[in-house]
Amino acid sequence: MPVLWLVIAVLLLAAAGYVAGRQRALTSAGNDPRDLHSLPSYYGSHVFIKTAVPALIAMMLWLLVQPLVIESRISNVIPDTAISADTTRSLVMADVRRVAEGLNLAVNQGAMSAEDAARVRADTTDVRERLGEVGIALGSDVEPYVLQAAQSYRALSAAMSTWMTLFVAALAIAGCAIGLMRTRKDFRARNVVEAAILALLMLASTIAILTTLGIILSMLFETRNFFQQYPWHDFFFGLTWSPSFSGRGGASQLGIVPLLWGTLYISFIALLVAVPIGLFAAIYMSEYASPKARAVAKPLIEILAGIPTIVYGLFALITVGPLLRDYFAQPMGLGESASSVMTAGIVMGIMLIPFVSSLSDDIINAVPQAMRDGSLGLGATQSETIKQVIVPAALPGIVGAILLAASRAIGETMIVVLGAGAAAKLDLNPFEAMTTVTVKIVSQLTGDTDFASAETLVAFALGLTLFVITLGLNVLALYIVRKYREQYE
Amino acid sequence: MTDASIAGAAPEPKKSSLLVQDARTRKRNAAEARFRMYGLGAVCTGILALVLLLASILSNGLSSFQQTYITLEVALPADKLDKNGNRDRAEMAKVSTFGYQPLIAAAMEQKMTARGISVEGLSAKDAAGLVSKEAPAQLRNFVLANPDVLDTTRTFEFLASGRVDGYYKGRVSMETAQLDKNISPEQLQLADILLEEGTLETRFNWRFFTAPDASGQRPEAAGLGVAILGSFYMMLVVLCLALPIGVATSIYLEEFAPKNRITDLIEVNISNLAAVPSIVFGILGLAIFINFAGLPQSAPIVGGLVLTLMTLPTIIISTRASLKSVPPSIRDAALGVGASKMQSVFHHVLPLAAPGILTGTIIGLAQALGETAPLLLIGMVAFVREYPAAPPEGFFDPASALPVQIYNWTQRSDPAFVERASGAIIVLLAFLLVMNAIAILLRRKFERRW
Repeated sequence: MPVLWLVIAVLLLAAAGYVAGRQRALTSAGNDPRDLHSLPSYYGSHVFIKTAVPALIAMMLWLLVQPLVIESRISNVIPDTAISADTTRSLVMADVRRVAEGLNLAVNQGAMSAEDAARVRADTTDVRERLGEVGIALGSDVEPYVLQAAQSYRALSAAMSTWMTLFVAALAIAGCAIGLMRTRKDFRARNVVEAAILALLMLASTIAILTTLGIILSMLFETRNFFQQYPWHDFFFGLTWSPSFSGRGGASQLGIVPLLWGTLYISFIALLVAVPIGLFAAIYMSEYASPKARAVAKPLIEILAGIPTIVYGLFALITVGPLLRDYFAQPMGLGESASSVMTAGIVMGIMLIPFVSSLSDDIINAVPQAMRDGSLGLGATQSETIKQVIVPAALPGIVGAILLAASRAIGETMIVVLGAGAAAKLDLNPFEAMTTVTVKIVSQLTGDTDFASAETLVAFALGLTLFVITLGLNVLALYIVRKYREQYE
Repeated sequence: MTDASIAGAAPEPKKSSLLVQDARTRKRNAAEARFRMYGLGAVCTGILALVLLLASILSNGLSSFQQTYITLEVALPADKLDKNGNRDRAEMAKVSTFGYQPLIAAAMEQKMTARGISVEGLSAKDAAGLVSKEAPAQLRNFVLANPDVLDTTRTFEFLASGRVDGYYKGRVSMETAQLDKNISPEQLQLADILLEEGTLETRFNWRFFTAPDASGQRPEAAGLGVAILGSFYMMLVVLCLALPIGVATSIYLEEFAPKNRITDLIEVNISNLAAVPSIVFGILGLAIFINFAGLPQSAPIVGGLVLTLMTLPTIIISTRASLKSVPPSIRDAALGVGASKMQSVFHHVLPLAAPGILTGTIIGLAQALGETAPLLLIGMVAFVREYPAAPPEGFFDPASALPVQIYNWTQRSDPAFVERASGAIIVLLAFLLVMNAIAILLRRKFERRW
């Protein structure tokens, strides 16, 4: 691993620079740290940063750019005649990379000398067999141009690696030298070091933005690819979901409507369970319960929020589903399936109870005591106060909490994967198995996936839709909650 | 218009008493009591749901910590296992597990004749069916590891097959065995006799924590070893990345950031990321880390990176809260004796906020440990039997993860896997319980009120 060694070398040089820088500063002040501008360790750190940071950044950039440069150079080498109807340039490039990898491996294991690897000709040697000996299995015989390209691929990447090592080493040494030259007793080392640390902190805080950007860009990019293969109006307005698994035929019907219907139906039932229970629990705990009862009940209910969703999923699969089927669906003649909208909805509702209750609890507690006192002083009972004063006052916040819970429900995956079933249907019967957007994302993206087919790419379009819906709900909910908080502060 | 007419129109004054409630008050009080009952009912429903959930998991899963074993003395004839007799491992490896299967059947038959056990309508081959299909592999590995045991008779402890195991856990009965092609009532009778003999016994199942996953036909051999190791690697990655990045972000936002558009943008981003569905992070991982950056599928490093991005908002929010709770007087005092802003933060504020940061980190890790959906998309569902190597190479080896292993087991047809999945959930919940308990203890011990 030459890269690892390079990093270690740079760090060692930087550590040496730390010691040297510290010593140089002390010497320049006649070994009296009081004459220095900064503490001695700052002079050392300054040299360390100057040595390591530019060199390591340069190395990272180089490693990112190197494959791109090599790819573009090599793919020019491949003759256009080689790109026939049933292959593409990227497939040929994959072959080239594989052969180059095999040659590397062969040289490493001593099965081939380095000169042999560079000289070997496809028309004289059976390259496939020789690579097979070292554990690289190739699908077909190696074409001469692939071998040639692979050889120049190897030569180019070896040359680039050498250049990178030289460049990075030069940068580290130059940085170290500059840092040491700057080190004098009047040099403001602390300011420089602190500016560097601040830059690091700022860099860390941009990761949140980069993540969001990564999410949006990756999904937008693949969604665009999807809409090039599949018309967007069929996706958004199609009433049937039936992907064909055979390949890239036009046989697939990928309409999102049945999935959205399943998602919304299940979320609706979940909210039907979670909102009354959560809201009443919050009211009871903030208005009625004694401190002792509250100290017991509140953590117990909040445990529900800490349980992973896979646990709820299994609960739906092995307990709730069969229970609903045997005692409700079958006697009423509504269905034979253990996984159903009802199963997933009820279990998801249980999951959302603590979510609704703790948010509403906070909001109810934020209603000023004076409003309660005023209402009670006029002779209202406690429940009348709650119904006519507190809940209306807290309503915007409660609506916000419900919206947040809805966004949770829509994005929930494991419970619906295990509890709701896989059949995309437009049906009203809650004891029927239906499916959701998240279930289909999972089923289209797990296992062997071919990123050129519409059946796989549709998952990105589904993901983007899901992201937009939940983001919209969250932004709306946060806006409402924030607006409401300002009212009483 | 006159006093008399008003007096005449006025209703009789109600005879109300402070001691007797009138109808309206009764109604209002009843409504009050009802309302209160609704509230109590809601709280009880919530707690009941929790109890039901845990009871369902425990009742299904506790039995997976027990396992039925069969002890047999197996003769290891050299003429079958090492035909050339030169104890060369490469040659001996050519005898597949099929070559070892008859040895177990022979051992079983010998045991039965020695003890005078016979069950009507049960051949020796059927009797060997009590032993797990994993047993020949166990035998083969042992022989290949110690070639000098050939031509001796050794005592081995084999797993009993999943159905026999299920029989002692109440999952399989004589009636269901009648319909089952994998087990017959005669075999179960034999198992009962062997149990009395002491050949067959049920005891604590350590293998469940250490063994790798097994194929769908041998649930008795399936364990959580690879999954626990994979989850541990991922948590290491999350800890090493999310903690420094999260703390750095929080320090910048809380102590240094100017109030401007960019800072606002970062804040909005963080609060939105906290609410993005977890599956979307899986899509991000698949598109960026696997397809774009070319990292391997099913690797703990990719899982760790995805979970890091998911955990960051949690850590940032709790770190900011604990930085905020350090009073300004501490910063002022440090600045007053000549420290720079950076020194006041790193030397004084950060150590004082450390317990809160740690608590938030542990809670974030606990969340990450239970997360399943994003891991499904980055290929962690693959069937992995090999333990990943030691770090750092191990981060790039295929591995499983606890919650994904649970999901995998729920997708298999044998009902024994439901027991395994529930058992795995108990393990997962135990880990979460320990992590949260540590967080609570830390908070109790170090929390300061200023």
